[in-house]
Amino acid sequence: MRPGLLTALTLLPAAGGLVLALAPRERGPLLRGGALAVSVLTLALAAALYAGFDPGRADYQFVERVAWVPSLGIAWHVGIDGISLLLVLLTAFLTPIALASAWQAVADRTKEFVVTLLVLETGMLGVFVSLDLFLFFVFWEAMLIPMYLVIGVWGGANRIYAAIKFVLYTMAGSALMLVAILALYYQHGQATGTFTFDLPTITRWVVPPGSGQNLLFLAFALAFAIKVPVVPFHTWLPDAHVEAPTAGSVILAGVLLKMGTYGFLRFCLPLFPDASLTFAPLVLALAVVGIVYGAWVSTVQADLKKLVAYSSVSHLGFVMLGIFALNPQGLVGGLLQMVNHGLSTGALFLMVGMIYERRHTRLIADFGGLWQPMPAFSALFLLVALSSLGLPGLNGFVGEFLILLGAFQVHRGLAVVAATGIIFAAVYLLWMYQRVAFGPVTHEENRRLTDLDLREWAVLAPIVLFIVWIGVYPAPFTRPAEATIEALIAQVQAKAGVAALR
Amino acid sequence: MTPPAVSLVVLAPTLIVVGTGLLVLLLDLLPPRGGDRAHLSTVALLGLVASLFTTLLLWGGRGRAFRDMIVLDNYALFFHIVIGYAAALIVLLSMDYLRRLGAESAEVYALVLFSTAGMLLLASAGDLIVVFLAIELMSLSLYVLAGLFKLRREAGEASMKYFLLGVFASAFLLYGIALLYGAAGSTNLDRVAAAVAARPRDPLLVAGLGLVMVGFGFKIASVPFHMWAPDVYEGAPTSITALIATGSKAAVFAALLRLGAAALRQQPDWTLLLWVMAALTMTVGNVVAIAQSSLKRMLAYSSVAHVGYMLVGVVAGGPTGVAAVLFYLLAYTFTTVGTFGVLTLCERAGEEAVAVRDYAGLGRRHPALAFTLSLFLLSLVGIPPLAGFVGKFYLFGAAVQAGHLWLAVIGVLNSAVAAYYYLRVIVYMYMREPEAAAAGLRPSLAGGLALAIALVGIVLLGVVPAPFVDLAQAAVAPLVR
Repeated sequence: MRPGLLTALTLLPAAGGLVLALAPRERGPLLRGGALAVSVLTLALAAALYAGFDPGRADYQFVERVAWVPSLGIAWHVGIDGISLLLVLLTAFLTPIALASAWQAVADRTKEFVVTLLVLETGMLGVFVSLDLFLFFVFWEAMLIPMYLVIGVWGGANRIYAAIKFVLYTMAGSALMLVAILALYYQHGQATGTFTFDLPTITRWVVPPGSGQNLLFLAFALAFAIKVPVVPFHTWLPDAHVEAPTAGSVILAGVLLKMGTYGFLRFCLPLFPDASLTFAPLVLALAVVGIVYGAWVSTVQADLKKLVAYSSVSHLGFVMLGIFALNPQGLVGGLLQMVNHGLSTGALFLMVGMIYERRHTRLIADFGGLWQPMPAFSALFLLVALSSLGLPGLNGFVGEFLILLGAFQVHRGLAVVAATGIIFAAVYLLWMYQRVAFGPVTHEENRRLTDLDLREWAVLAPIVLFIVWIGVYPAPFTRPAEATIEALIAQVQAKAGVAALR
Repeated sequence: MTPPAVSLVVLAPTLIVVGTGLLVLLLDLLPPRGGDRAHLSTVALLGLVASLFTTLLLWGGRGRAFRDMIVLDNYALFFHIVIGYAAALIVLLSMDYLRRLGAESAEVYALVLFSTAGMLLLASAGDLIVVFLAIELMSLSLYVLAGLFKLRREAGEASMKYFLLGVFASAFLLYGIALLYGAAGSTNLDRVAAAVAARPRDPLLVAGLGLVMVGFGFKIASVPFHMWAPDVYEGAPTSITALIATGSKAAVFAALLRLGAAALRQQPDWTLLLWVMAALTMTVGNVVAIAQSSLKRMLAYSSVAHVGYMLVGVVAGGPTGVAAVLFYLLAYTFTTVGTFGVLTLCERAGEEAVAVRDYAGLGRRHPALAFTLSLFLLSLVGIPPLAGFVGKFYLFGAAVQAGHLWLAVIGVLNSAVAAYYYLRVIVYMYMREPEAAAAGLRPSLAGGLALAIALVGIVLLGVVPAPFVDLAQAAVAPLVR
């Protein structure tokens, strides 16, 4: 079979990285330019994917299937539906931005950096396009190491601790998922006679409800919950975010966290519908705890990056709330919120990185009155902060509104508590913004700060464009996913044997 | 009475290795050309390659010789491949390494070849007497090799400890064999297995099997018989350590599985015992490895842990379990030889670089070498798409299939623990700055070639595992009927 678009898209970054690994290490501009070109080409392929995607279909598109280890039922099986399409686009969109953001910040071992980031991109894309449990797990685990290196080699002072903590948390979680995948494989094989890791095939089969399904659900859910992260599995996140270089934080917040929520959508709901319903109240409660707790903790942070990191806990809580509301509004909102969070939080990390490069500090107290020396920066920073807190007209509002709409139908009390998270978001983001940008210039060294340069504009402009676009006209982004999500809900209902989900 | 017809083809790979060993000893008697012994290692290497080649030619063949004492089947040949690769790579690694440290001699290569011959023989043993003889041939050579650096105190300790504990284990083994013979009336593996199947509760048979298992347990360094491993691994020359860690373990696993697959199948008591042994071996190996500051000792404990993973496959049993062990042995051999191989290329202030600290900043000074070591370590962790991952996936899959879900859980959690100490080495190489006297590279063409072969091996096994999985399954076919 001829390798198709999806395989090309997935493997292109790593292949480009391998080629760049052969380039001489002194040629910094060549390496950076080459990596950027590879990632932009990947983005172009992703755009072609979007253009060729039929939003009316709920099944997988661009499917490619090649036997890999036939005797064990393993195949290179890739394909996308509306859910993964958006995440593939997000990944392909954020990687060039992350590379461009590191243009000057990463001067040490540039070659290793760009190669690592490109390999990481292949890992992330692979997670979103895999339709084979083995293949999925391969990408899921393989992607850990580049991220570990990004944090550990190019990170801040406490980077080694943060990098190891990140890896150990994730590996511990995915260890049980591995056993669950194997158990699923044999259960399915013994029940149907076909031993395969093929996801669509296994999804057509109904895992017998009961304690077995519950255990499988929990094993998968633990891996995903650590990645999201769902409180109380979130403690790796502030360390990893704070120590990672800006590009790493952007990828981490923008894409890696989405792997967790994506996992719930792709695996937990369709494979274990009864268990999902059983545990939905628990997950919903944890999501709301995350929303409120993340927001509160953000409020008191003195470090800008830590503030943004904890705000991720809160925002991802919203995504989880939407997913486990298990109705169309909640799921579409949750999916859209994944993209929104990638854009808004990615932009926030980028901008914190920009002032860190100028001042080498991230403490809110070291800034004040930035509007005077850096008006353009401050204006964009305000826009991004407003998008993150869900101002109508910007992207964050659409997602959060849909999620709350969905959650309200399921549990009024939880939705009310969750809604306070939006208020707290306004508190921590606006208060932070006020201390950073408004008022008189409190530190002399801030007076001479230069405003955004051309490269920084180029990095931020695409994100800002989409922040406004999704806010004003979200249909192009939600439409491809609607058919998929309706089909997903129908599938869960049919399998779980309930007429309507609450 | 006519003498039994002897088909030497059945023994061909082993005989080639023995013959090469003798040839090396003979060549040493010729007047040396300027004290150069490079040709001896080349001869040894050629002999091993010839043996490997013969093995591949024989693939698919079946035969028995010496009144069923020697068995030739795909199962034995699979182990011949694993052992042959390990031995050839180890000769490649030893060439420059031993010369640099002034320990090169004809005896070294002859002993490596004799011990390899013992391993090959063990893989095709069909009789307990041959099992014992092969283990002794293998071990006696290794005892000497472990003490090769005569002037180092650790070498003496390693050799002495290995010898004393080794013969102790051999005594257990021999006593067990004697009891089995007494109970079964034969030392033939098939007959012993049949006797065990017929009378699983016969105290003589139970005691005999138990003692044999103790002997095997010593040789593969499974908990609680692993105490010798760290000291021997540390004191032995690094390339020999690699041989002890890979070839000798593979050979003993060959005998253990041949006996075990036949005799221990569907015997809940033995399964339980092995279950506990596997869980303990994995956990103790990994937990103790965390605390090591010497890379060699760390790898010693980690190899204990890897034996634990393989025991998971033994517990699982059946065609899948045994095939998984075989695949894992192949993956583990390439990975472990590679890891120790990198160590043979590094030295610090004229000494071997064995402390984890010595590798600080290696990523900056020798990026290619650091990258190579990283890949081997990641394969040991079990990160895809490398050999170690597929191996673990297969092993734990077999355990899940056999219903040993909790053993698989213990296994995967152990893998997560192991990630900590393997990644710590990567931390030192890439994330810390070198200390004043950090490890330097001693380039070696032969060593580089060995590393390249091992590297290709782990990538190939990880990316295109299908042919190797089929190979392992074909190897198991004659065993599990």
